[in-house]
Amino acid sequence: MGCEMTRLAVPKTYKLYIGGKFPRSESGRTYEVLSKKGVFLANASLASRKDARDAVVAARAALGGWSGATGYNRGQVLYRIAELLEGRRDQFVEEVIATEGVSKAAATSQVDIAIDAWVWYAGWADKYVQVAGNGNPVSGPYFNLSTPEPTGVVAIVAPQQGNSLLGLVSVIAPAILTGNTVVVIASEAAPLAAVSLAEVLATSDVPGGVVNILTGSPAEIAPWLAGHADVNALDLAGAQSLDWVDLQVVAADTLKRVLAPESGAPAPSLERIVAFTETKTVWHTKSLL
Amino acid sequence: MTLESAQALAPAERAVGLIGSDLTEKSLRLHLEGLPGVDAVGLEQRAAGLGTRSIKTTSKARALDTIIRLIDLTTLEGADTPGKVRSLVAKAMNPDPSDPSTPRVAAVCVYGDMVPYAVEALGASHGDPAKGLISVAAVATAFPSGRASLHVKLADTADAVANGADEIDMVIDRGAFLAGNYGLVFDQIVAVKDACRREDGSYAHLKVILETGELNTYDNVRRASWLAILAGGDFIKTSTGKVAPAATLPVTLLMLEVVRDWHRLTGERIGVKPAGGIRSSKDAIKYLVTVAETAGEEWLDPHLFRFGASSLLNDVLLQRQKLTTGRYSGPDYVTID
Repeated sequence: MGCEMTRLAVPKTYKLYIGGKFPRSESGRTYEVLSKKGVFLANASLASRKDARDAVVAARAALGGWSGATGYNRGQVLYRIAELLEGRRDQFVEEVIATEGVSKAAATSQVDIAIDAWVWYAGWADKYVQVAGNGNPVSGPYFNLSTPEPTGVVAIVAPQQGNSLLGLVSVIAPAILTGNTVVVIASEAAPLAAVSLAEVLATSDVPGGVVNILTGSPAEIAPWLAGHADVNALDLAGAQSLDWVDLQVVAADTLKRVLAPESGAPAPSLERIVAFTETKTVWHTKSLL
Repeated sequence: MTLESAQALAPAERAVGLIGSDLTEKSLRLHLEGLPGVDAVGLEQRAAGLGTRSIKTTSKARALDTIIRLIDLTTLEGADTPGKVRSLVAKAMNPDPSDPSTPRVAAVCVYGDMVPYAVEALGASHGDPAKGLISVAAVATAFPSGRASLHVKLADTADAVANGADEIDMVIDRGAFLAGNYGLVFDQIVAVKDACRREDGSYAHLKVILETGELNTYDNVRRASWLAILAGGDFIKTSTGKVAPAATLPVTLLMLEVVRDWHRLTGERIGVKPAGGIRSSKDAIKYLVTVAETAGEEWLDPHLFRFGASSLLNDVLLQRQKLTTGRYSGPDYVTID
C-alpha cells in the first residue's frame, strides 16, 4: 500500500441510564472526566435534579415487576449480568486504569473482585429469605411467619474514592437482589465504569428502571433524593465528603431507611442485603383436623 | 328535515341567520363543506410551538391552581359504585387535605344513574363553579357509543337532568356524521338540548362530545365543531375518553379556533373541553397556554374551559406539593382513585 490511512478514533458519549434508556441530562449539561494526571478522557452527563426525579419515576414503575419476580428468577438475572461483566472484562480494566490511574494488575484485580462479588450476591437471591426470615413459635394453632420484603426505591451515593467499578457493584447488587429498585449516583471523578456497567445492564435481562445510574455531582443531586417523598431508602455509602448528617435529617422527614457512609467499597455481606428489606409477619391458622 | 317544531327554534334561527338560507340537509352540507380546509401541518406546528413555553415558579403555581379549578373530575367505569362516587366527590371538595388552600375542581362527571349519589354527597357544595361550588355533569345519550334510538337518548338525558345534573355531556352520532347526514346530527343535538330543559324553564349546560378520534380528519373536526355550535351546544368536547386517540393538542387548538371565530362572528362564547389522555401537569399547562393564546385569557374560566380528567388531578397535586414544600412528592401522598 502506498499511502498510510490514519484512522480517526470514535470517542464514546457517556450518558445517563434511566428507565432502561440512555438519555443525556435534561439540563443539557456535561462535565469533563479527566485522568489522574489531568488528561481529558471523555465528556460525561452532569445530571440535574430533574434527571434524579425522572430516575425515581422509572425506579418506582419498575418496582412492581422486579419485586414480584421470584428470588430464583432474580438470581438468574443477576448471574447473567456477571456473565456479561466477564465478557467486558478488558474494557472495564482499561476504564479503571484510565480514570483511577492504577496499575494494570490493580485494575484487573478490582474488576475480578467486582465480578466475583456480583456472583456471590447473585447466589443469595433465592437464599436470603430463608436466613433472614423465620417461622416463629407461637402458643396457638397458628403459623407465624416473618419474611423480608424489599423496602422499595433505594437512592444510593456510590463510593467516590477509587474502586469505581467495585464500589458501584458493592452497593447495587445487594440492593436489587431482594427486589428493590435503585437510583445510583456514580463516582463523580471516575464515572466511565459506571456508564459501561449501565450498558451491561441494558443488554442483560434486568428490566429497565430497576437500576438507574446518574453521573454528576453527588453534592447537587443527593439532597433532592434524600428529600424525595417517593424514595424509600437512602444508602450514603460514598457520602463521606457530603454533609451527610443533613441528608439523614432530611431523609427522616419521610421515614427513609438510611445507611451511613463507609470508607472504601463495602465488603460483600448479608447485612447489606438485609439492610434494605422490611420484615413482614403474618399469622395463618393451622388446618383443623 | 323539519325544524319547525317549537323546541328547535332558537338554534334553528341562529343557524338560518348564519347560513343565509333555509335549513335543509343540503344547505347545511353546503355550509359545512364550504368551510375552509385545515392546514394540518401548520396546525400541528402551531400546537407544538405552543407546547414549548416555559412556565415556572409563580406562573406555574398559578397555572396549577387554574388547572384544578378547570377540572371535571371524572369516573366513567362500568364498575362505578355509589361509594366510589362519594369518594370522588370528597376528593373534588377537598383535593389535598394536607393543604386547605388547594382550590376545588369545577365539577364531577359521572354516569346518569350516579347523579343522585353525587348530588347527595355534594350537599351544600353543589352549585356554580364560578361561586366556588361544584357542579354535577352527567354523560348521556347512550355514552360512549351513541348507538341508540333518539327516544332512548332523550330519556337518558331528561333522567339525568331530573336527578339534578347541571351539565349534560352528550355524544354525537358519529356514524351519521361520517355518512354525511349532518341534518340528523343537528336535529339530535337540538332535541337533546331541549331535553336539558328543567321544570323551571332553565337549561342544563350541554357539552357536545365530537369523539375526534373517530372523525379521522381535521376538516371533519372543524365541521363537527361548527355543527355542534350551530345546533346550540354550550361546550364542544373532544372525546369520551374511551377511544384512542382522545384529546390531542392540535385538535383542541382547532376547536378553540372555531370557538374564537364563532365569538367574532356572533359575540357568543362557547366552551371547550378536552377530555381523555391528559395525565400530567406539564401537558395540562400546554393546554392552558393554547387557550390563552387562541381564544383569549377570559376562556380560562370554568364556564368556558374544562379538562375531562381523573388521574390529572393527582399529578397536579404532586406538583403543587413540590412547589409548596420544595421537595419532590410521591404517589403515597395523594389518594388512590
